[in-house]
Amino acid sequence: MGKRAAIIGTGQTYCKSIRRDVNGQELINEAVTRALEDAELTIDDIDGVVIGNMDHFEGINYVDCWSIDGSGGFMKPTMKLCTGGTTGTTLGIGGYHMVASGMFEKLLVIGWEKNSESDTTGAIVTATDPILDRGVMAGALAGLAIEASEYAAAYGATSKDAARVSVRDRKHACNNPYAHLRKEVTIEEVLNSPVISDPLRLLDMCPRTDGACAVIYASEEVAEKICPQPAWVVKTANRHCYSRFADIKGQTSMLSLTTAAKELWAKTGIKEPLKEIDVVEMYQPYSWGGLIWFEDMGFCKKGEGPKYIWDGVTDMGGECPVNPSGGVISTNPIGATGLIRCAEVAHQIMGKAGDRQVPDVELALATGFGGCFWSDMILYSKNKPA
Amino acid sequence: MSKENEQEIELLTVHSRTDVEQVFRYSAGRYLNRFLVEMRDNARIMGVKCPKCGIVYAPPKEICDPCYAEMTEPVEVGPEGTIRNFTILRAPFVDPETGQAKPVPYAFGNVELDGAGSLIQNFLLTDDDSKIKVGARVKIEFHEERTGNMRDIKGFRLID
Repeated sequence: MGKRAAIIGTGQTYCKSIRRDVNGQELINEAVTRALEDAELTIDDIDGVVIGNMDHFEGINYVDCWSIDGSGGFMKPTMKLCTGGTTGTTLGIGGYHMVASGMFEKLLVIGWEKNSESDTTGAIVTATDPILDRGVMAGALAGLAIEASEYAAAYGATSKDAARVSVRDRKHACNNPYAHLRKEVTIEEVLNSPVISDPLRLLDMCPRTDGACAVIYASEEVAEKICPQPAWVVKTANRHCYSRFADIKGQTSMLSLTTAAKELWAKTGIKEPLKEIDVVEMYQPYSWGGLIWFEDMGFCKKGEGPKYIWDGVTDMGGECPVNPSGGVISTNPIGATGLIRCAEVAHQIMGKAGDRQVPDVELALATGFGGCFWSDMILYSKNKPA
Repeated sequence: MSKENEQEIELLTVHSRTDVEQVFRYSAGRYLNRFLVEMRDNARIMGVKCPKCGIVYAPPKEICDPCYAEMTEPVEVGPEGTIRNFTILRAPFVDPETGQAKPVPYAFGNVELDGAGSLIQNFLLTDDDSKIKVGARVKIEFHEERTGNMRDIKGFRLID
């Protein structure tokens, strides 16, 4: 089954709508420098680099080669992994696979995006089928809005229920110096913000962000020598389904996520995720995802998401805090976003999460979302897997 | 570079050229060819049926994803159907296909045409947005002039 592997260091950049002070390579280097500092390593210790972004946002191709000026990949094996929105968690899973294979000992994994360099919605439209979907497709915004419309019709959840998720994440973001939007919002503010794609309002949605994240994976031979508390990968699960949006039927739950969750819980013997998992960082780019997808992973029954959210179960101090970082609703540099989930839960396990630290984290879940409703899940642990 | 220097230097963004266009030519492929030609010449929607699970895909494609089975039996679907999900897009953005601003607001959704098992995405046409609901019935409308393109479909008109 491969070697055991763990995250031993993470680095994030400060995030803004436009990081006009840096170009892409400089932004990448900011994250890489912090990750090396966090792990107390130098670039000479690194034996390979894996990087990803959403190619069409910057119009940059072969990002593995293009980014060498910032990544430190000069005269090292480099490779790109780009899977749209799931890029960051694909990097988290792919990087783990490379170290678990025994072929790499200390691997640098980078996700980044300068979302400001093009129009996000326009760029996402170009990711869809050129003949079938581009005529009416309107990016992630509309793709998510139609999911919410179907879920609301089936379960009776309301915009107010969804707003409570935005309130949670935006409150949590105030504890995170790397978050983009660090200002609390109220239920009323969410419900009074402009409708951008029915039923979604501006404050239901993630921002567009410039930012980068890097993590360093190490193999079981060296992880504990470098890092006093590595964040070990327990298991991963990922599912891709369709590539045409119109083939996705029955969006009251996300097929790829329910299937990935079922696999992950079966592989790890987890029976009651809500009780057994200590903290979750979800790739949840809109408020309704905090209801629908929380249910789909089996944290509660279908249709019960709103009750759990209102009861504060997922707030800081709750039974299973979700998105202590402020999540994607507060910060969304898309190619980095999934990897930020991995970096955040790794720091939760290491006890380095500062003001957003959840006490006594042993098991932590990072998830990825992207494309035509694809899903990644990675379970990390304080304890070295058997 | 020191912080002081950064504050002194004007921060520039360099724009790519916008006065040129790069046109892509996509092969429709065997399955979409028939679909587009039928739509252009006969104003009807032809799907294709999976020999294993029986689902009719419209628009058609070669492989049923869950079954990984080749589909060969053409099936006409519609022209009426049911809205499965929808939104009314209000946020402005530039259509990368045309370079023009999208005419927001516009309603669009995924419709299950009668006889089909997959959905088809297009504009929803009505004088009264409040009638757009999950489960509402619609009928497909084509443009008079058709060229063998998804834009031959005007949209789905709500019917009572």
